Amino acid sequence: MPQYPNRQFLDFEQPIKTLYEEIDKLKQTAEKSKIDMSEGIKKLEAAIEDKRKEITSHLTPWQRVQLSRHPDRPYTLKYIDKMIDSFLELHGDRNIKDDKAMVGGFGQLDGETVMFIGQQKGINTKLRQLRNFGMANPEGYRKALRLMRLAEKFNKPIVTLIDTPGAFPGLEAEERGQGEAIARNIYEMMRLKVPVICVIIGEGASGGALGIGVGDKILMMENAWYTVISPENCSAILWRSWEKKEVAAEQLKLTAKDMHGFGLVDEIVPEPAGGAHWDYDQAAAILKAHIKKALQEIKQVAPEKRMEDRIEKFSKMGFWDER
Amino acid sequence: MKKEEDFESNLAGEADNDANHPDTAESRERWFRRLRKGITTTTSEKKETPEGLWSKCPECNYICTTTELEESLYVCPKCNYHHRIGSEDYFKIIFDEEQFTALFENIYSKDFLGFTDLKPYQKRLDEIHSKTDLKDSMRVATGNVNGKGLVVAAMDFEFIGGSLGSVMGEKFARAVDYCIEHKLPYLVISKSGGARMMESAFSLMQLAKTSGKLSQLSDAGLPFISLMTDPTFGGISASFGMLGDLNIAEPGALIGFAGPRVIKETIKKDLPPGFQRSEFLLEHGFLDFIVDRKVLKDKLAQLITLFQG
Repeated sequence: MPQYPNRQFLDFEQPIKTLYEEIDKLKQTAEKSKIDMSEGIKKLEAAIEDKRKEITSHLTPWQRVQLSRHPDRPYTLKYIDKMIDSFLELHGDRNIKDDKAMVGGFGQLDGETVMFIGQQKGINTKLRQLRNFGMANPEGYRKALRLMRLAEKFNKPIVTLIDTPGAFPGLEAEERGQGEAIARNIYEMMRLKVPVICVIIGEGASGGALGIGVGDKILMMENAWYTVISPENCSAILWRSWEKKEVAAEQLKLTAKDMHGFGLVDEIVPEPAGGAHWDYDQAAAILKAHIKKALQEIKQVAPEKRMEDRIEKFSKMGFWDER
Repeated sequence: MKKEEDFESNLAGEADNDANHPDTAESRERWFRRLRKGITTTTSEKKETPEGLWSKCPECNYICTTTELEESLYVCPKCNYHHRIGSEDYFKIIFDEEQFTALFENIYSKDFLGFTDLKPYQKRLDEIHSKTDLKDSMRVATGNVNGKGLVVAAMDFEFIGGSLGSVMGEKFARAVDYCIEHKLPYLVISKSGGARMMESAFSLMQLAKTSGKLSQLSDAGLPFISLMTDPTFGGISASFGMLGDLNIAEPGALIGFAGPRVIKETIKKDLPPGFQRSEFLLEHGFLDFIVDRKVLKDKLAQLITLFQG
């Protein structure tokens, strides 16, 4: 993760920035005056730790959305790099092109070969464009499906990492069947014979997320969000104004805690104090442990039963009255 | 299309904007009221004309009587424009002697999340229930088509833009179970702006739920026909809408994943004429064929025979 002063701070993270600035001042004073300031610096560092914990203990839903989009937040390839060995990235949907917003390939999770697939966002302006801000086109979903089929053929489990503001709403995307591509993935993922674990690691926006989001276990990181529409677009349609995104975020109940409470995700994956962007190694280690545990559990179930259970799991989702 | 329609506003559940419903029964009647200034006829000379006698085609402005329009199955006799119609109309068009059994009518939406936008979701539901006989945005019925059994699920756009929520998902699921139990083919007629935002992630999960049920229907060897009508968007096209053994559509229907407004804002360019229309989808390989409403029943009967023969 970037070290101060290259770190970026959200509005509600400003108190932490102030503490860093104070440490800087002490360090400069220490250098000039040759007085030992290490005690003061230690205190301030401890204060930063506390502040990180404090901030994430009372975030509003909108602030969680902001955290999920934190410019320093680790993305799919970062987790892959930290969690697995000998990753071999595979490209292309074999029809149109290689979608850079969707990445995937085989790798080893403590010696076991696993297919990893996920949306990828760019880490700087140039890469953000290359990755299309994590918004995949139909060929991205078709590439994902090709890789899932490949994993199924060789009986390897699949892990998907979800982080997208949505499937790309473009002209060519429509020409090439964005709806069909997502629909096909949802349908085929229901029928995969190998274990499938899905993790929402950042943004989980609508069909674009669900297009790689059907599995035996659905995990969600503490500061991720997952729902049917982004709070901004929900505000624009239901409130007819772009100004109600905070209210929309509240009403949509899109946080990990809400989603777990509704039974729509199976587990919450805790993040380092203050969010995953504070400690990539720790975030990846926690995630890895959760993925391994989920895989262990789901591997005990026979493939046919697993498929039935998967359909049953999603069939139960919903609420209605019978009069 | 002269007028661009923002069907997303229907998802907000407001049914009071005429511009957004150029062809509901109400607006078909209302065109007759003169709204523009400059009418010189004095009140004493005004002649009374019964309302709802005439209908004007929003596409070609052809004027005909509503009886004539009804007889032509709400298809413009001049330009073949397909007016939007509801589940009841489709059931009558498709089933022999207009005879059918409605299924699962006792399932109602409820506000599980306590969702409030400009209005509480529950209030929205209660208001629609007091205004119409519709229970939700989808109805299911079974009957015969030229003597052969079929289960049809059809959407009603006037119920919160035909939006996909828990109730539609559950009715869809039960319809699939019914098909499997009675060994019947399944037809879904879509007409929807997408997922029901007031049900948040639960509405999203209906994409997975319905797709999972289709997987069971497929394993039972029963055909699933997806008929897309104007408009079919978002969560519908990203799930069962595009998963038909046959995907078919009415002429000129607007069908896609993202709405035209969103795409326009994203690419900052005007969209080409005919973009996201049925004919465009056929050209790009996403439809098996386009079917006129007048031959819909015959085509369905032909399909069922072909699948069974």
